Amino acid sequence: MNNQMPSTDDRPVMIDVNDVTLAFGSRVIQHDVSFQVRRGSIFAVMGGSGCGKSTLLKSMIGLLRPTHGTYMVQKDDYWSGDDESRVKIGRRFGVLFQSGALWSSMTVGENVALPMQMFTKLEPHVIRQLVELKLGLVGMLHAIDQYPSELSGGMRKRAGLARAMSLDPDILFFDEPSAGLDPITSARLDELILNLRDGLGATIIIVSHELSSLFHIADDGIFLDADQKTAIAHGSPTWLRDHCTDPTVHAFMHREQLDSSGTHGNG
Amino acid sequence: MPPRNRVGEVAALRLERLVKTSVNGAPQWHLQPEANRTLVTLSGDWIAQQGHLPDFPESGFRDVPHGEPVEFSTDQLGKWDTSLISFLWELKRTAREDNVQLRIDTLPESARKLLDLLPEIPPTPAPPPPHKFQPVTAVGQFTLDTLNEVGCVSEMGAAAAKGGFAAVVGRGMMRTVDLMSDLSAAGPAALLIVGVVNFLVGAILAFVGSVELHKFAADIYVASLVAIAMVREMSAVMTAIIMAGRTGGAYAARISTMQANEEIDALQVFGIPVSSYLILPSVLALAFTMPLLYLYGCLIGMLGGFFVSYIMLDVSPLGYFHETLHALPLDQFTFGFIKSLVFGTFIGLTSCRIGLKAGRSAADVGIAATKAVVVGIVGVIALDAVFAVIANVIGI
Repeated sequence: MNNQMPSTDDRPVMIDVNDVTLAFGSRVIQHDVSFQVRRGSIFAVMGGSGCGKSTLLKSMIGLLRPTHGTYMVQKDDYWSGDDESRVKIGRRFGVLFQSGALWSSMTVGENVALPMQMFTKLEPHVIRQLVELKLGLVGMLHAIDQYPSELSGGMRKRAGLARAMSLDPDILFFDEPSAGLDPITSARLDELILNLRDGLGATIIIVSHELSSLFHIADDGIFLDADQKTAIAHGSPTWLRDHCTDPTVHAFMHREQLDSSGTHGNG
Repeated sequence: MPPRNRVGEVAALRLERLVKTSVNGAPQWHLQPEANRTLVTLSGDWIAQQGHLPDFPESGFRDVPHGEPVEFSTDQLGKWDTSLISFLWELKRTAREDNVQLRIDTLPESARKLLDLLPEIPPTPAPPPPHKFQPVTAVGQFTLDTLNEVGCVSEMGAAAAKGGFAAVVGRGMMRTVDLMSDLSAAGPAALLIVGVVNFLVGAILAFVGSVELHKFAADIYVASLVAIAMVREMSAVMTAIIMAGRTGGAYAARISTMQANEEIDALQVFGIPVSSYLILPSVLALAFTMPLLYLYGCLIGMLGGFFVSYIMLDVSPLGYFHETLHALPLDQFTFGFIKSLVFGTFIGLTSCRIGLKAGRSAADVGIAATKAVVVGIVGVIALDAVFAVIANVIGI
């Protein structure tokens, strides 16, 4: 079966995930998942609802320890060390959570500024300047003094992106970045993600099932299946759409119903 | 997985390390007029976390001849992140103000792309709202707000009472399971803390009373002192204060969290009346358990008093019992009973109202819980004062 994009990519490997098994207690979510994310790529973690995409993301950003397997972030083994070393590696990460996850007691500007205040020795006016810049990049400068509760869902997401970029991370994780956004905002966000990758050379990992956006931006990826509980295809979304023969992947990529009986009554 | 290209990978890693160790020094910029153009040279590593980021001064383009373009030279530019973009943005805004023509296309493409995303107009910080202390306005506003709140709470109480009536008739929107869980949280679960506090209060009353009464050899009257104090005031007030902190705070936190999660909105959209679905069980639970807890508190308080008297004073158990019965006409209990019923209803209604009125953030939940406790305690004591006046007037 054709479910592995032939790789000609010679960019250095940024994250190497090897034989990872994720489970809550005895309930296995995904097993034997292996893939590599190359520097500067936009890597999509795809799959239907409830297949464990977000769980995989959680384990990659340090919120859930895998029961088996390793994550190498360049030369560092992410989960083998103690909490301190994990936090140190994690400082290179920026995470955009599904609903923004802004700290509600702080203004948008303070949200973006907090990591810089905590982890850098920058002067307050420089921090202010960088906060303005990051909010400017996501088009949220006007909301700098507003509280998250005053923002719409899309604005929260963009503010969350600005916060994820706060420390200029070289690896960015996006959990459903375009879910709940209107097409224009979503396209703008896609463009922004591409620009960030090109401009800052960041490696980006996206968990999403928003096909149009995935085809547009992602250049590599993995497809997780909920029934087999493992990765059933590797490759960029466009390659999977055009070449993958796995029925689940095919149905997903073409927005079709997965049809086991062959015919459907409606036609 | 395909076999990895080990050699290529190692080579790439080595290359990467080489790039990393080639330190280009601190970020610097330099403006130099040349023939027909002005050249801005950017050099060094522009990494925000390393600090020492240069600013572009407002007078930066003062010496640029009018009409000549400004170009960039980035040959000596090392690694950079958003700090460079921040600098360029500042420069761009200054150029715009001074009408200087910038040749943005001489920048690296990636930097240009990011720069294009940024708005042209400099951010103007919003002026802080004028804050003047106007005592008359403040007092007036406070009065109006308080009256408004009293109105809201009464309205809510009326709606809940209506819902309660509907429930009695059998057309209510209250779920028995909610009432039961609220009753259990406000009743049996509170027995221990109400018991401990009232026992200690009774014991303390006995201690304090015994010192004075012993001088008159009137030790036995400790019993009536404890009994009257507990039944008339202490048990009702102490229990109400405990319940305001314990249950009132919980109600406010629960309802304001529901508010933050849009759960209240969902109820309203379905047409489920918040007053009878959410508030009625809470208020009913408190109004029902509070008098019972009051009676329980009275008994435990007297037990505390008896405990101290029996150990410290020369009072026989039978004598203490007799004196207690003698000192307590039944109407004292009725009065305390009514008081605690009112306290329970008051705490239930105010804390639900505070929860409903709360904002939609995590901090607002904390504020609502605190406010519910404060309002509950202050309100209970204020109401108790009103009751004291009433009792005085009607001569109980």
